[in-house]
Amino acid sequence: MTISARLPGHPEFLWREDEPKASYDVVVVGGGGHGLATAYYLAKNHGITNVAVLEKGWLAGGNMARNTTIIRSNYLWDESAGIYEHSLRLWESLEEELDTQVMFSQRGVLNLAHNLSDIREGKRRVNANQLNGLDAQWLDAQEIGKLVPILDVTDRPRHPVLGGTFQPRAGIAKHDYVAWGFARAAQALGVDIIQHCEVTGFQTSGDRVTGVSTTRGDISFGRLALSAAGHSGVLAGQLGVRLPLQSHPLQALVSELLEQVLDTVVMSNAVHVYVSQAHKGELVMGAGVDAHVGYGQRGSFHVIEEQMAAAVELFPIFARAHVLRTWAGIVDVTPDASPIIGHLPFENAYVNCGWGTGGFKATPGVGSVYADTVAHERPHPLAAPFALDRFTTGRLIDEHGAAAVAH
Amino acid sequence: MLRIPCPHCGERDATEFHYGAAAGVDYPTDPAALTDGEWAAYLFVRANPRGWFRERWFHAAGCRLWFHVERHTVTDQVRTVREGAA
Ligand SMILES: Cc1cc2nc3c(=O)[nH]c(=O)nc-3n(C[C@H](O)[C@H](O)[C@H](O)COP(=O)(O)OP(=O)(O)OC[C@H]3O[C@@H](n4cnc5c(N)ncnc54)[C@H](O)[C@@H]3O)c2cc1C
Ligand SMILES: [Zn+2]
Repeated sequence: MTISARLPGHPEFLWREDEPKASYDVVVVGGGGHGLATAYYLAKNHGITNVAVLEKGWLAGGNMARNTTIIRSNYLWDESAGIYEHSLRLWESLEEELDTQVMFSQRGVLNLAHNLSDIREGKRRVNANQLNGLDAQWLDAQEIGKLVPILDVTDRPRHPVLGGTFQPRAGIAKHDYVAWGFARAAQALGVDIIQHCEVTGFQTSGDRVTGVSTTRGDISFGRLALSAAGHSGVLAGQLGVRLPLQSHPLQALVSELLEQVLDTVVMSNAVHVYVSQAHKGELVMGAGVDAHVGYGQRGSFHVIEEQMAAAVELFPIFARAHVLRTWAGIVDVTPDASPIIGHLPFENAYVNCGWGTGGFKATPGVGSVYADTVAHERPHPLAAPFALDRFTTGRLIDEHGAAAVAH
Repeated sequence: MLRIPCPHCGERDATEFHYGAAAGVDYPTDPAALTDGEWAAYLFVRANPRGWFRERWFHAAGCRLWFHVERHTVTDQVRTVREGAA
């Protein structure tokens, strides 16, 4: 008997490879977490099942399976608390909803303060969060030392830990499982999932967008829902719409597998690093974006170098860990560090973008809210404040404090 | 690392520079005459192409002058460099 005959067979595929049809009620462009979740909720909550998700590469090959999976809702403004907390509540029942494991672990997220302005910003945010009913707390350095014993909370570091915000219900999940779970559940309800299908242009008629040209032929639709993250500006540009977005490389890295030493997510805006330890044991770390516009899915090495220096300063025992792998995604950043959700200047076209460095946590939340917006052809109340026109009215939702270190 | 050819000092590591985003965005000559939409476009909307891009860089750790670079945003290849702050 040959070796291969003794090996187990290939496991069942989680979803089919669908062939594109000529026409759909709704075409979702982008097979990341947001596009897949949107398609799922269109089918599940609104009975709209004649839906295709078009993905130019493979499912979750964009930012979805490149992110560091931090999930939290402790943003400053009421509008943000609204949508991020809606999402966190959906995370809390997502495994039952999708009937699949996503390894959602509510291990808490700590945001360290290293100077007076960090303390002021953090305490202000905790107060704002508590007014919004969120589980936010302020911890002093001693309490942080008890929570995370491997963190150096003495006054030795160049930027000592002076305190921090803590959200116990925050945590991490396994990002690829989340994408696959939404894909499988959406397809079971009738959604077509079409990979290796790049949208290359649009057909319009008056104030309607009627179809897309793709690398797998033309497809027409009733409604269009863009969800292309880092490439949203490129796609909107093909429709003649200029979005207030800049696309930047954002990197992350993992160490080799280590014993479990860290059961809380720790983030620091001031020294610019954040870290969690995955279930398997690798340390997962991220930092800031490269300053320049970039679509190459490659970041600059000096960002990694600075991030490692910061990590070792905070966690002296990391000094002997080895970096196993680094990578980058392309994140679409808005001027106020908040997303854009709503109508494009066409009757039947919508956009969800601008989540920048922090949209993984929003996956179920924005999926449900965006699906509702597209289904009812009006903004869902949680999406309304994030409409494109806020840049004209001046009603910005400035989350630079809550989003200062990429996550 | 991204390398930027300064027209005055030659090619250096990007860490010596400060990024200035899209080139050729002039302050409006008569801001009060703009509609809200035009003002928003001036304040918030910048070119963000996948491909060739004219952008500004400032050589903070060198000659301390602003200049223009035409860079490809996928390959980081630089095609032209030009002196001048505008
Ligand atoms: C390194 C890194 C770390 C991050 N860490 C966190 C974190 O800890 N917590 C958090 O909340 N967020 C984090 N994020 C941000 C988060 O990953 C994104 O905000 C989120 O994934 C965006 O939504 P998405 O999943 O739909 O995007 P994507 O997965 O990028 O989906 C967009 C899809 O559109 C496709 N597409 C683009 N153009 C076309 C076209 N023309 N035709 C067809 N398809 C097209 C792309 O191939 C892509 O698959 C991180 C991002 C990165 C890069
Ligand atoms: Zn110079």
